Amino acid sequence: MGANDTGLIGQAVRRREDLRFLTGAGQYTDDVNPPHHTHAYFLRSPHAHAKIRKVDTAKAKAAPGVVAVFTGADLEGVNGLPCGWLITGTDGKPMNEPPHPVLAQGKVRHVGDPVALVVAESPHEAKDAAELIDVDYEVLPAVVNCVAALKPGAPQIHEQAPGNKCYTWALGDKAAVDAAFAKAAHVAKVDIVNNRLIPNAIEPRAAVASYSRADDSYTLYVASQNPHVERLLMTAFVLGLPETKVRVIAPDVGGGFGSKIYLYAEETAMVWASKRVNRPIKWAAERGEAFVSDAHGRDHVTHAELACDGDGRFLAMRVVTTANMGAYLSTFASCIPTILYATLLAGQYTTPAIWCEVTASFTNTVPVDAYRGAGRPEATYVVERLVHQAGVDLGIAQDEIRRRNFIRTFPYATPVALTYDTGNYDATLDGAKAAADVAGYAARKAESGKRGKLRGIGYSSYIEACGLAPSNVAGALGARAGLFEAGEVRVNPTGGVTVFTGSHSHGQGHETTFAQVVAAKLGIDIETVEVVHGDTGRVPFGMGTYGSRSLAVGGTAIVKALDKVIAKGKKIAAHLLEAAEADIEFRDGKFTVAGTDRSKAFGEVALAAYVPHNYPLDKLEPGLDETAFYDPTNFTYPAGTHICEVEIDPDTGVVEVARFTACDDFGNIINPMIVEGQVHGGLAQGIGQALLENCVYDAESGQLLSGSYMDYAMPRADDLPSFQVETRVTPCTHNPLGAKGCGEAGAIGAPAALMNAVHDALLGVGVKHLDMPASPHRVWQAIRAARG
Amino acid sequence: MSVQLSLTVNGKPVSATVDARTLLVDFLRNELALTGTHVGCDTGQCGACTVSLDGRAVKACNLLAAQANGAKVVTIEGLAAADGTLHPMQAAFKECHGLQCGFCTPGMVLSAIDLVARHPQPDEKTIRAELEGNLCRCTGYQNIVKAVAHGAAAMAK
Amino acid sequence: MYSFELKRADSVASAAALLGETGGKPLAGGQSLVAAMKLRLAQPGTLVDLSGIAELRGIRKEGDHVVIGAMTRHAEVAASKDVRAAIPALAALAEGIGDRQIRNMGTIGGALANNDPAADYPAAVLGLGASVNTNKRKIAADDFFRGMYETALADGEIITSVSFPVPKKAAYAKFAQPASRFALVGVFVAQTGGGVRVAVTGAASAVFRCKPLEEALAKNFTADAATMVKVSPDGLNRDLHGSPEYRAHLVSVMAARAVVAAG
Repeated sequence: MGANDTGLIGQAVRRREDLRFLTGAGQYTDDVNPPHHTHAYFLRSPHAHAKIRKVDTAKAKAAPGVVAVFTGADLEGVNGLPCGWLITGTDGKPMNEPPHPVLAQGKVRHVGDPVALVVAESPHEAKDAAELIDVDYEVLPAVVNCVAALKPGAPQIHEQAPGNKCYTWALGDKAAVDAAFAKAAHVAKVDIVNNRLIPNAIEPRAAVASYSRADDSYTLYVASQNPHVERLLMTAFVLGLPETKVRVIAPDVGGGFGSKIYLYAEETAMVWASKRVNRPIKWAAERGEAFVSDAHGRDHVTHAELACDGDGRFLAMRVVTTANMGAYLSTFASCIPTILYATLLAGQYTTPAIWCEVTASFTNTVPVDAYRGAGRPEATYVVERLVHQAGVDLGIAQDEIRRRNFIRTFPYATPVALTYDTGNYDATLDGAKAAADVAGYAARKAESGKRGKLRGIGYSSYIEACGLAPSNVAGALGARAGLFEAGEVRVNPTGGVTVFTGSHSHGQGHETTFAQVVAAKLGIDIETVEVVHGDTGRVPFGMGTYGSRSLAVGGTAIVKALDKVIAKGKKIAAHLLEAAEADIEFRDGKFTVAGTDRSKAFGEVALAAYVPHNYPLDKLEPGLDETAFYDPTNFTYPAGTHICEVEIDPDTGVVEVARFTACDDFGNIINPMIVEGQVHGGLAQGIGQALLENCVYDAESGQLLSGSYMDYAMPRADDLPSFQVETRVTPCTHNPLGAKGCGEAGAIGAPAALMNAVHDALLGVGVKHLDMPASPHRVWQAIRAARG
Repeated sequence: MSVQLSLTVNGKPVSATVDARTLLVDFLRNELALTGTHVGCDTGQCGACTVSLDGRAVKACNLLAAQANGAKVVTIEGLAAADGTLHPMQAAFKECHGLQCGFCTPGMVLSAIDLVARHPQPDEKTIRAELEGNLCRCTGYQNIVKAVAHGAAAMAK
Repeated sequence: MYSFELKRADSVASAAALLGETGGKPLAGGQSLVAAMKLRLAQPGTLVDLSGIAELRGIRKEGDHVVIGAMTRHAEVAASKDVRAAIPALAALAEGIGDRQIRNMGTIGGALANNDPAADYPAAVLGLGASVNTNKRKIAADDFFRGMYETALADGEIITSVSFPVPKKAAYAKFAQPASRFALVGVFVAQTGGGVRVAVTGAASAVFRCKPLEEALAKNFTADAATMVKVSPDGLNRDLHGSPEYRAHLVSVMAARAVVAAG
């Protein structure tokens, strides 16, 4: 941060947002109750795949308390929900992009597909009335598996997607990869399933849509990670409204993890309907609805191979993946298994040639989109399972095989389109090993053995591309939106500062971290800084929060706006101090004439800007309010090593995470307390994926079998150990904060570390392969099968 | 079909006639505007709706309002002192960064207070086991565990 | 939730009368019933709230039996000095039901009347050879549990208390289903005056006594003896969390662990 650092940077400042959350004063969407509001209930398809012959809403419309009932037929003329990223296939053709109606039209394609919207005076009445809607379904065969969907004879889900194919896409030099494999001393192979997950933010999605006849405008409160994107997609692509007529407010949001990035059918239908009923409409998803309507995550099937020389040096990697898109393309679905996946397959290694082919298919399941990590956990899982397997095959220790292949010269251009600006992978590996007490592992393993338990250790040296993204690069790759961020710094006349950020906080603590950045940079009391986010009516613009981008991109936009504030402040101070602008220095909250003790405090300059009695009005506008848009020049590349130790009870198959260590490089850190909290949360989700969580559909009926917390295993406090978390720092080279992002690292690195540990533990009993999650039943079955 | 109830909520007597199917959480949120008690699931598992009922932590989404008839209910809004001083457990959650998005937090704090009533000096294992009925998706629980231990110590003073 | 009428009873007699008049369902702690009603899986026209009936509460020692009132909450059983002294296995089982909040509301009578196939209490009642007392009769555990969510209770019949004979030794070992934390397999092992009893919950459509284990443990009450028993997977449950074979295996493993815990 430089000369104006008041000591706030790097400090564990306690969070300013906590007070309202700890006293019940937070305001989440479901806490918003506009006068005269009605309640929405969505009737959803009970079938995975069916034709709708007829929908009869007469009885429902006549039911007590019902205000209106809408079906897909009423929404004729309203466009479908858009996909924000165009993938061009290896055949040179654009991906198949079938329509995604807001309410089902003619057909339902997954259990939970919304069929009708009931608006009533109370939630009970809405739900009671929905039961009176008579839908005549002709049930069709369903397919839920992404590989099965591509087989000849599979049920056809969309006319516009023959063979259920969305695209086949590839990245890398296939010829170079084939040539390297041909002369490899060894080829390590894995066949892996990256299990489908359900994000499960504890606040279910919710929305409150209001229409104002006074000015023909709409206000939407919605549990969203990016209100401006929500508004843009809803107005421009679906409803055909001017953006000026829609205000989207994402108030306190109870966790997102990706699932609240997207434009969903529910809030879209509600905004549309709010004008028709001329009353506010409120909806909060029940958890059961969330399971069948929130975009899911992951769901890849992959065959991967790693060619090595005799010393375990990686020569080439070949990856073939099938990715499940679900029944429709969600907002960013298409770029997750491509742009955010294949580009990460170099990992931390110098593998000179990589080729990856991805086929995305439609199935009769909930749409799949970004979930914490989004593509990068899947890539890390492929790379780190392969590296583990190569180490096992070649008899090379897991730390050593990684070290032999680490990238050490930066910038480094990978064979999969990225250029890493900086990193120090030895430092994080060494840090993790020390913190994990790898030296004491053998003794711990022996002790476990005495108790009849199998102990294993696993490594995962991950990399991620965060700080999305250079808009021109993303645009060339098919993005249909910019990926910059906006920030406004409004200095108030009395010196207080209001910061408007396009990033959105739903747990990440921006109100504290961003205030630290601003207070440090301006040399002012942090208590005078207020951070505003989540309201298109107040914040100039924003792309929102995802991809661990808020500090690196959103924070940088604020820094750029602060630079403008300081530059203008210098002009004002020069006038007040009767000095040349070039002689004014800004430090510790004061504008000083260099080499003198003559100065004006920041507050004095702010006041002068708003009370411009002694002011260069001929050369300078009054006021001190600056906005900056920041478009990054590169991605950021957080990286690190995770080491996991598990202990397995062979009698029951229970895997206990005995120790988990993460040593991460997130670049410069503003608030280490918040960063550590982000790592903890990411690790819990990564461990959740590897150990507990699994979204399972019935292969025949397409019913969701893990449709509630009774069957979808969420990590609880007693499932997890206390994590050992450390950081090492190589600052990002291309943003002024030197920050890389920390929100997803845990979820990206952890699954491979845990599964490598499980495989290590089970190697002795002959288990060769196990897919996630390593549930007791699966582990027990694998042990039993191996023992014969 | 309505039902009469009278109870005490955060120290104040409350009487009402409600639809029998009103859940305690809906009564608190919609009738009393105490929106700090949250609904995170429909199978009684996430614990975001946890409140204190006659000193016992219960799930307000898994209870009819009528079942709280005659009881003393305390919600997250009723924990801080009149002058705004946080309850030691609330303060501990802030000090230890035991919350992120804040949605599970009211339930966590109410559960933690119930826990400390039975285990005045809980160790990590006890805290983790006792929080079985409260899901958090943000924190990985580590700082919650720390906060509960910290809060327990502060409550003992 | 569907609309219903709620009646409050202040005695067992008035509750029985209300149930008779309305054909309604008794409401105990409601931890399963309210949850089922919310999901619209249960649709009683009338609920008769038993929470105001003082005579249904409390724990008392009667000779060589511990008698627990039907409306006694799990947390009260877990914390009861009498239960901990006389049948520590029962207190420990109660302490493991659901989570803290569920234990603070849920009652033994409600749990038994519901007879969830993966509930814990049925294992204790069957494993200890307890009797279920109602407003009409006394039902032996062996006759009480009929099938999935099915009991010997007649319509309108109200459980008043459960009488547990104090065993020589006993323990319960539960293998929790990872998501719900209900018993994937729970095994209650007891040495009683009437011999060794082994009750298994979670594994099948309802709690059952495992004769091979009872025979083996009657001969030799050791973990090894339990481990040697190969339980048949026939008729056991199959779901996301375990095959019949896995459950059968876990029955032996959990029985062995219960034997160790019983001391």
